[in-house]
Amino acid sequence: MPEQPIRVGLFVTCLVDLFRPTVGFAAVKLLEDCGCIVEVPRAQTCCGQPSYNSGDRADTKAIARQVIAAFAGFDYVVAPSGSCAGMIRSHYPELFADEPEMATQVQHLAQRTYELVSFLTDVMGVTGVAARYDGIATYHDACSGLRELGVKDQPRRLLRSVAGLKIAELPGAEICCGFGGTFCIKYPAISDRMVGDKATEIVATGADTLLAGDLGCLLNMAGKLTRRGTAVRVRHVAEVLAGMTDEVLPIGAPDEAVS
Amino acid sequence: MQPTSHAFKANVDKALGDATLQTALGLAMLGFGPKRRSAVERLPEFEALREEGRRIKNQTLEHLDYYLETFERNVTRWGGKVHWCRTPGEAREAVLAICRSVDAKTVTKGKSMIAEEIALNDFLEENKITPVETDLGEYIIQLRHEPPSHLIAPAFHLLKEQVADVFRSSHTELDPARSLVEPRVLCDEAREILRPKFLAADVGITGANCLVAETGSSIIVTNEGNGDLTQTLPKIHIVLASLEKIVPTLEDATTILRLLARSATGQEFSTYTTMSTGPRRDGDLDGPEQYHVILLDNGRSAMLGTEFQDMLRCIRCAACINHCPVFSAVGGHAYGWVYPGPMGSVLTPKLVGVAEAGHLPNASTFCGRCESVCPVKIPLPKMMRHWREREFEQKLSPAPYRFGLSAWAFLATRPALYQALTGVAMRVLAAFGKRRGHFRSLPLAGGWTSVRDMPAPQGRSFQSLWAERQKAKAGR
Repeated sequence: MPEQPIRVGLFVTCLVDLFRPTVGFAAVKLLEDCGCIVEVPRAQTCCGQPSYNSGDRADTKAIARQVIAAFAGFDYVVAPSGSCAGMIRSHYPELFADEPEMATQVQHLAQRTYELVSFLTDVMGVTGVAARYDGIATYHDACSGLRELGVKDQPRRLLRSVAGLKIAELPGAEICCGFGGTFCIKYPAISDRMVGDKATEIVATGADTLLAGDLGCLLNMAGKLTRRGTAVRVRHVAEVLAGMTDEVLPIGAPDEAVS
Repeated sequence: MQPTSHAFKANVDKALGDATLQTALGLAMLGFGPKRRSAVERLPEFEALREEGRRIKNQTLEHLDYYLETFERNVTRWGGKVHWCRTPGEAREAVLAICRSVDAKTVTKGKSMIAEEIALNDFLEENKITPVETDLGEYIIQLRHEPPSHLIAPAFHLLKEQVADVFRSSHTELDPARSLVEPRVLCDEAREILRPKFLAADVGITGANCLVAETGSSIIVTNEGNGDLTQTLPKIHIVLASLEKIVPTLEDATTILRLLARSATGQEFSTYTTMSTGPRRDGDLDGPEQYHVILLDNGRSAMLGTEFQDMLRCIRCAACINHCPVFSAVGGHAYGWVYPGPMGSVLTPKLVGVAEAGHLPNASTFCGRCESVCPVKIPLPKMMRHWREREFEQKLSPAPYRFGLSAWAFLATRPALYQALTGVAMRVLAAFGKRRGHFRSLPLAGGWTSVRDMPAPQGRSFQSLWAERQKAKAGR
């Protein structure tokens, strides 16, 4: 008999929940395919980053307490976002540093929380997926996943196993796309310049598809690419790895079946 | 200089609309990143060196009083004098008093950010003393009457054609037929003008990259050698330094300098490293007759023991600036005061007030590239967040923004209400956005849709679809 299966709590993230549920189902499929039992606590909304990065510690703590309670008791907590996983993993311990009575549960949660793709490779030992995607994709390294969690090679490794897919590396892949949460609406002129440069570089790779692991960055880049009238298809990396690209149109793409 | 950090957004619009500036920035930003990366790759122990730099600076800050007093004792032992200055005003007066004591007419200056911080040039001119900048970049911007736009490359924002223009308008004896196309010729032209000024100066003022407690020495690094001439030829050498420049030992200083050159320009070591320990002694062939150190606090000691203490580790290498996508877009002047980029976004609110400079720590995506290249591992995003916390506490951020955040937090802590309300909102958005797949404009989302489309949501929320799936599974 195999060991007790691993119980994973899926931290859906607010953007996936609201904008792109298919990413959540792709995450569930990838986790179930490698033998995890996935549960989705109902009492989850947001990780607290909008409040945290706006200097509102009290509200951030209130949101974080809800996350900590909702995700107690899982073997692992997995989010299809480096940014939200980084918030729980790196920033919750700092947020509660002044509440020693919270230390144990905060540390416990932080240590068990992973970004989806790196969880598959680094914890579950996944080396390839059974998926097909015909196209040339370029990959943007979203900042928090890259710098807070070291997500760099993991998605590329798994993407190499996708049949029909070629990777065209993005020269400035590690440079921020200009999303930055509330930054992009507080400083639209700077954000515009950053995402404009990013869009130019994406198009220059010749790729027909843009992939990344964070929906915030993807919405930002997709929005710029459609504004410029380019035909680049934008998707969360999990959709491709789970072979679920037939279930939903690319982010921001028009539905030609609707007249 | 009068800060314009409060007008950051207007400064940004101006910078983004300035085609010449954008060309210059584009060219200038190309070099620093790859040069640093290549220098780091050539030194396998670079990470260990960063850790050592961080440790040295932390240890020094823990015992700052002790090392500063040791430094003063050793400066005095070698015949120099330390002037403790709490404010920019005290520092300016101390410099003026020294200049007046020898009836100085001209002062040559090496590059010093502290001179910018205390607005020394304007003050000297008001007092009929002519400051002459001798660092090429500083010289160029002095001719143009503008502040530096970068810590180590003050004329970072200029094209060489603009340098040629300002030389033609300022150097009255310049032959109009002389070509100023080649950078080398520009350099020679500045050198010809500056050489006699080095010789004529009564006082030489330099900054300091390190102050060494155990020897009472100040150290500067340059790539032009101008600092040596500035501090060796005149009768008096004045060192301007803020108090966190202190390190305990010479060994510590060399660690810092190894980090500095690699992080700043990708060099193993700067071309010139010059140590000064007191004035000329009997038997010395050259050197100044007097050696003064202006030790500026300007609010730094009040950062000790606060969440901003780590900022005092900064060695002014500009790596954070050179790797900042925001700086790369808008350049240094947009930040509105002396210190630009991520380090400036932490330091400026401290030095000119968070009410004046509140934009700066907000104008960051927290991409973290600055922290990842900082040679002394300053958690710059974390400190910018601390400023946002102060602003939030003081209610300095705009009311509608604060209201929006509170509303989000209110909803986010009530999952059932959140799911009901967002569910409706997303269905409506999806219905309207389905055909095109995105929105060109949306009410209340002008900040987003002014520059990019808003992709339409799929329709149903994950939570509602998941609940259905679970129900179907259970019914099976």
